[in-house]
Amino acid sequence: MIDLKSNFIGIQTPNPFWLASAPPTDKAYNVNRAFEAGWGGVMWKTLGQAGPPIVNVSGPRYGAWHGKDRSLMGLNNIELITDRDLEINLTEIAQIKRDWPDRGVVVSLMVPCEEQAWKDILVRVEDTGADGIELNFGCPHGMSERGMGAAVGQVPEYVEMVTAWCKQYSYLPTIVKLTPNITDIRSSARAAVRGGGDAVSLINTINSVMGVNLQQLRVSPATGQQGAHGGYCGPAVKPIALHMLGEIARDDQCEGIPISGIGGVTDWQDAAEFMALGATNVQVCTAVMTYGFRIVEDMIDGLGRYLAEQRMSSVEQLIGAAVPTLTDWNQLDLNYVVKAQIDQNSCIKCGRCYIACEDTSHQAISSEINGERGFEVKEEECVGCNLCVNVCPVEDCITLRELHDEVDLRTGEKVSGEYRNWTQHPNNPMA
Amino acid sequence: MTDSIFKNPGQTAFAGHRLSAVDYQQNFADIQTPLDIHSAVVEADRCYYCYDAPCQTACPTSIDVPGFIRMIGQKNDLGAASKILTENIMGGTCARACPVETLCEHACVRQGEEGGPVQIGLLQRFATDQVNLSEAKFFTRDTPTGYRVAIIGAGPAGLSCAHRLAVLGHEVFIYEAQQKSGGLNEYGLAAYKMADDYAQREVEAILSIGGINIKNGVKVGEDISFAELQTNYDAVFMGVGLGSSNALRLDGEQAEGIISAVDYIHHLRQAEDLGELPVGQDVVVIGGGMTAIDIAIQIKRLGAANVTMAYRRGKENMSASLEEQEFALNEGVRIVHWAQPVGLQTNKGFITGVEFKATNTPDSDSYTMAADMVFKAIGQSLTPIVTGDIEFAQSHGKIAVDAERRTSHMGIWAGGDCVAGGDDLAVTAVQDGKLAALSIHNTLTQQQI
Repeated sequence: MIDLKSNFIGIQTPNPFWLASAPPTDKAYNVNRAFEAGWGGVMWKTLGQAGPPIVNVSGPRYGAWHGKDRSLMGLNNIELITDRDLEINLTEIAQIKRDWPDRGVVVSLMVPCEEQAWKDILVRVEDTGADGIELNFGCPHGMSERGMGAAVGQVPEYVEMVTAWCKQYSYLPTIVKLTPNITDIRSSARAAVRGGGDAVSLINTINSVMGVNLQQLRVSPATGQQGAHGGYCGPAVKPIALHMLGEIARDDQCEGIPISGIGGVTDWQDAAEFMALGATNVQVCTAVMTYGFRIVEDMIDGLGRYLAEQRMSSVEQLIGAAVPTLTDWNQLDLNYVVKAQIDQNSCIKCGRCYIACEDTSHQAISSEINGERGFEVKEEECVGCNLCVNVCPVEDCITLRELHDEVDLRTGEKVSGEYRNWTQHPNNPMA
Repeated sequence: MTDSIFKNPGQTAFAGHRLSAVDYQQNFADIQTPLDIHSAVVEADRCYYCYDAPCQTACPTSIDVPGFIRMIGQKNDLGAASKILTENIMGGTCARACPVETLCEHACVRQGEEGGPVQIGLLQRFATDQVNLSEAKFFTRDTPTGYRVAIIGAGPAGLSCAHRLAVLGHEVFIYEAQQKSGGLNEYGLAAYKMADDYAQREVEAILSIGGINIKNGVKVGEDISFAELQTNYDAVFMGVGLGSSNALRLDGEQAEGIISAVDYIHHLRQAEDLGELPVGQDVVVIGGGMTAIDIAIQIKRLGAANVTMAYRRGKENMSASLEEQEFALNEGVRIVHWAQPVGLQTNKGFITGVEFKATNTPDSDSYTMAADMVFKAIGQSLTPIVTGDIEFAQSHGKIAVDAERRTSHMGIWAGGDCVAGGDDLAVTAVQDGKLAALSIHNTLTQQQI
């Protein structure tokens, strides 16, 4: 079996699977259970400054988007940072680190945007023996109204400033956690780099309102008669997270900065995708809040087998392997031509490809073959858009066939095979 | 219909009350396990919402199956029920009694894909069960037309026709020989398929539209003449079913213990105490259709020790589906194929055995099955009607109708089991009634112009 040991900014862990800073990492009890289950590291639930404890709502903190069989597709929360006493948290962190020296323990922090406040908390964290700090610049609800969390993460100058303070006043490796609630994630990542951050982690949760209760005509979930937006996470946000991860991974100005990937990681395949797009490790939250800590077993097993199958000897070889394949639209090969083809043996004749193409796309599928119900691609109309592939309920029934050295029946032109992108295209007035 | 299914109930071999009251209740309770809300929504999610859906094409009443299933998924049960009933006013009975495994579910693309179709029947039952059909007010009547239509028979065809006519603003008068309406839904389907008095509840819902007057216990031809109907009404629809059970045409057929399956089920469905029904020990059912399956299982469930179905051809030739055959086998019914009854053995007027010839090996000797009770389930025929002097063109021994369910006689429509071309299913009868109603409506209203 492949050894999955991971090195994230000098923090050695037995595997790259971490728990994100969130309710599952709020106390020693949970973290002990997580480490017993096999998790590589935890981002301890965000600590705030000393003083009166944080007050959470006593109504629902979570809301979910479900599939028809109650599979949890997305989760949103309005929980604030830890509402436990700072001293208790620090004591527990120190004990956990002593008990689990081979695991990663990083402390998430969020204090007011004042130099002294950061100075004060950093000293306290260093005393615990924790492996590093994660700056919570992402939390989009509650704390952001008080000028913290996403309110900081949305202003690159603040990101840079606070990161620099942390590097100035602490020897601890500093991970800057980014909010996705921003136009271009690269601006905050670059700010973290400028501030001297050792790594970035993303994405934090996305601003969201889960729904409206149609009987009561009020937002749902609600705290009594009202609800507030929360942070969205879980499987539904994974594509958004992958995009932002990829943008940073291929950004020149962020070159070399390690990334901790977060956002809907549920199984080893998700984790492997995040790593292939540049994440050194991944952080998980919604999946354990759905299934419990035990899922790390199949993540470890699955990733190990995958690496072996790929003839990779360590997780390092996977990190960033797919980054070069992510590019801008204007770099895409406009001479690349595919046509959908339907495997008649596996086609169940549901007609979804037909109606999708007929109603909403290119009228490139016929609904009869020799006068009988059957579905066939009209290559002279097919633009290779992949919609039929996506709506077909049978995996691999419809595939895209690459055209080489043949005439594209739609354009009447022979496929040259020569790479030509938009910047080189004759129709581009700017070319 | 014979008045008694058994002329000498005192005979010990036929003693009832074999089972405890609890057993009778369990054996004849609802055979389906209805879906709950969650499982209905999950099952609905399995529907691919096919283009030009094969299930809809397979449904004799053309219910928009993907349409109603999608509504269940959106928890719009009223919408789903409305969609079903708009095409099939007996959607509730059909959800219970349709051989879905040969119709909609057979056509479901998931059947071909994975052998597990979307459970359309159970979803249809869910949708129609979720709403109080009598109160839902899915239909409103058009402005009264002043036309009056007579219908003979308050079975699926007659009630379907009546309902559609009532919606279209006509006044309907149904003449029904039986004391209850519903036809075979009330008197013919297996008891466990129509538990909890479903047939009567459905009839009540259908009648809630208004404008439908049923005269129960009135036999056309005896209590009122066909000619009177023609005179007094603007149109006549016949949904008279098939009244006569086919005979074996063997010597000894009149012996005690030889019973028409249809007659027996009629009594069973109306029995206040199932323990009062005569039940044999060694029962032979002759036939290979749904009625044969239904009587075999029901007599077994009434406590018969040995039940054997004998059919003259092979398994694939039986008109009962393979699923129905499987069901019977699981109930402990023995099915013997390639068995043609060639003689009846009697003793002192009582049946004692049936002699069979193997049809797949014609030269072999005949063999005998002991029997103290024999059910005839080899089909039914049209009872000589009631229509006085009027002669109808027939086809295959049934009334011939055109695509609009018009008979050869102007002003008279027909549908259901009594017409040629159908498959003796409630769902087909409902479609016949619906089509006939539209044709009657068009005929009457066009006359006006």
